[in-house]
Amino acid sequence: MSSTSETLLQVRNLTVRFPTIDGVVQAVSDVSFTLQRGETLGIVGESGSGKSVSNLAIMGLLNRKRALITGEILFNGRELLSLPPSEMQKIRGKDIAMIFQDPFACLHPMYRVGDQIAEAATAHGIGKHDADARAVELLDRVGIPNAKSRARDYPHQFSGGMRQRAMIAMALVHNPAILIADEPTTALDVTVQAQILELIDDVKQEFDIGVILVTHDLGVVAETADSVLVMYAGRIQEYGEADSVFKAPQHPYAWGLLDSMPTVERRLAQLVPIEGSPPSLIAPPPGCAFHPRCPHRFAPCDQEVPPLVAPEGAHADSCFLPLDRKLAIGSERAARRLGLAS
Amino acid sequence: MTSTAANDPLVEIDNLTKHFPVKQGVFARGKGAVRAVEDVSLSVRRGETLGIVGESGCGKSTTARLILRLLDPTSGSIRFDGQDITSLSQRHLRPLRREMQMIFQDPYSSLNPRKTVGQIVGAPFAIHKTAGDSKARVRDLLERVGLSPEHYNRYPHEFSGGQRQRIGVARALALQPKLIVCDEPVSALDVSIQAQILNLLRSLQADFNLTFVFISHDLSVIRQIADRIAVMYLGRIVELGDSESIYEHPKHPYTAALLSAVPRQSTPDGPVRTRIVLGGDVPSPVAPPAACVFHPRCPRFHEGLCDVDTPVLRELEPHQQAACHFPLERWPMTLEEIQQAEGAYRADQPHLAGAAHDPSLAPASPPEPGS
Repeated sequence: MSSTSETLLQVRNLTVRFPTIDGVVQAVSDVSFTLQRGETLGIVGESGSGKSVSNLAIMGLLNRKRALITGEILFNGRELLSLPPSEMQKIRGKDIAMIFQDPFACLHPMYRVGDQIAEAATAHGIGKHDADARAVELLDRVGIPNAKSRARDYPHQFSGGMRQRAMIAMALVHNPAILIADEPTTALDVTVQAQILELIDDVKQEFDIGVILVTHDLGVVAETADSVLVMYAGRIQEYGEADSVFKAPQHPYAWGLLDSMPTVERRLAQLVPIEGSPPSLIAPPPGCAFHPRCPHRFAPCDQEVPPLVAPEGAHADSCFLPLDRKLAIGSERAARRLGLAS
Repeated sequence: MTSTAANDPLVEIDNLTKHFPVKQGVFARGKGAVRAVEDVSLSVRRGETLGIVGESGCGKSTTARLILRLLDPTSGSIRFDGQDITSLSQRHLRPLRREMQMIFQDPYSSLNPRKTVGQIVGAPFAIHKTAGDSKARVRDLLERVGLSPEHYNRYPHEFSGGQRQRIGVARALALQPKLIVCDEPVSALDVSIQAQILNLLRSLQADFNLTFVFISHDLSVIRQIADRIAVMYLGRIVELGDSESIYEHPKHPYTAALLSAVPRQSTPDGPVRTRIVLGGDVPSPVAPPAACVFHPRCPRFHEGLCDVDTPVLRELEPHQQAACHFPLERWPMTLEEIQQAEGAYRADQPHLAGAAHDPSLAPASPPEPGS
């Protein structure tokens, strides 16, 4: 296998716009990040924050007639956005694979699970006989007991957790370099969620791949990700190593998320919600998209869009507050959340 | 089993069981039953929030629907506000319906898209033919749940998920009920909105002296809102008691597994957390395992005991009961410690003494219920 710091994916200034009758939806704006081999990148955000659209853009799954995409997506140095569809088809599902939130909707109800995995194998040139063997091998690898006979089952005979395992098996068919997991555990029960997260981590190590894990659950990210990207209203608000982000989050939106999330550790005297609701992406507020809900807003916030910058000695965020203030508030909030300070 | 304590309970259910028959074939012969709820007893005190936690299919929603008599129990009894409502006819139930309301999970499908907010929130007044100016009361209610009275003539599609859930809350409050059953009320909402609704429910409870039965699969949410909790697995209560007590030291291995599975940020200097990953899936409720239903997945399973002898709920800490032969001694524990079950708590059940070390020692007689 290869060295640890090999850049697999480089996204630069990715912007996605959907023109609609009501106006242009600014789904993703100016998103840049990188993914290394062996890294798990957690993308956190609420519904409508652009996290899924970003990944669909990477997978080349957005209809280019409906979506205006600018920026660059470099996979192993190759620009994906300018590839013709036939070339993209060779990469999608082979080098970059994806699993989705709802394993119930992703498997065809009338085909055997093993056949569906084998189909994914034949799609990129593995022979039928080898494909069947590969399907069984992978089902076994992802922890389906009696893989050989279970491969002949239909999806309804699988539980939710097993279906997600089958989806992971399907994604691994061609030893991809990148696995994109879009809310892979949201539809699952908590004990099954733990199993699936563990499996994704195992698979990452064993296949030496990069993982993009999209979720709305900060706990999932804290536990599994090496680096974290916090999105709000289509923009990156904060981006850095997981340890650093959770130790001292720098963006008021991240503070808001931490304060408002219920925790299993303690009963909090008061949950502090983020007031208001996320903005419309057709007419986002001027300046920082978070400013109408931000208790720390000041002069420039409603005028200019704060750029994503990584100051010396800190990770990247896009907020105009002075760094020492951000670090002070952030570490205090993180400590309070963990119950280390009152 | 139910603690008929000084503060007289609003709801008391005893040995409640609900089986849904499974029918197959043209002659629709009974082919077994889904044992959705099996011998559940609990009480809900006035003014408290009872949380019911469990994974999908554990019977938590069925239990709530049985309490509201939206389903008829197979056996067992339900008392509401001192009155036995187990076999009350729908007609006689009607006046009681205003005392018990429900808030649903999905704020998108639980509001009629063709009715205005005013009609939706005012519907309980119309149905129960209450006297007085319902329009003014609806406006008050909207204001109380954090909406503006001007929203009266708008339609549900004009609102966000959080606002819709507020409409659902206003509707449930309309008739000043004693009991509100909240079935996963925040699961469909974004995190920043969840907290708004949880805070709203907390403050309404204080203002109107409401009693909540709060159902959720999310242990973090339950911890923030419940005073007492019931942990359910395969239709049975495996642990019941004060919320803080259970979260701080779970006794049942299943509760411990649930708690340890919640992904979270680790405290830098805190105790090392072991995750108890349960193998396999929840068994089918049509043919649940014998004796302790959790035994096939339990890290503390002891052959010849757990699969022979059904554990009953017994008090292991003040205000905390668990149904387990080998409850956890403390928390957190490492997996090895958990697997090494000692008979520490079995002094009160002499026929079980030593069983931990001697699998051949199966109890000759069933244990006295309740201990």
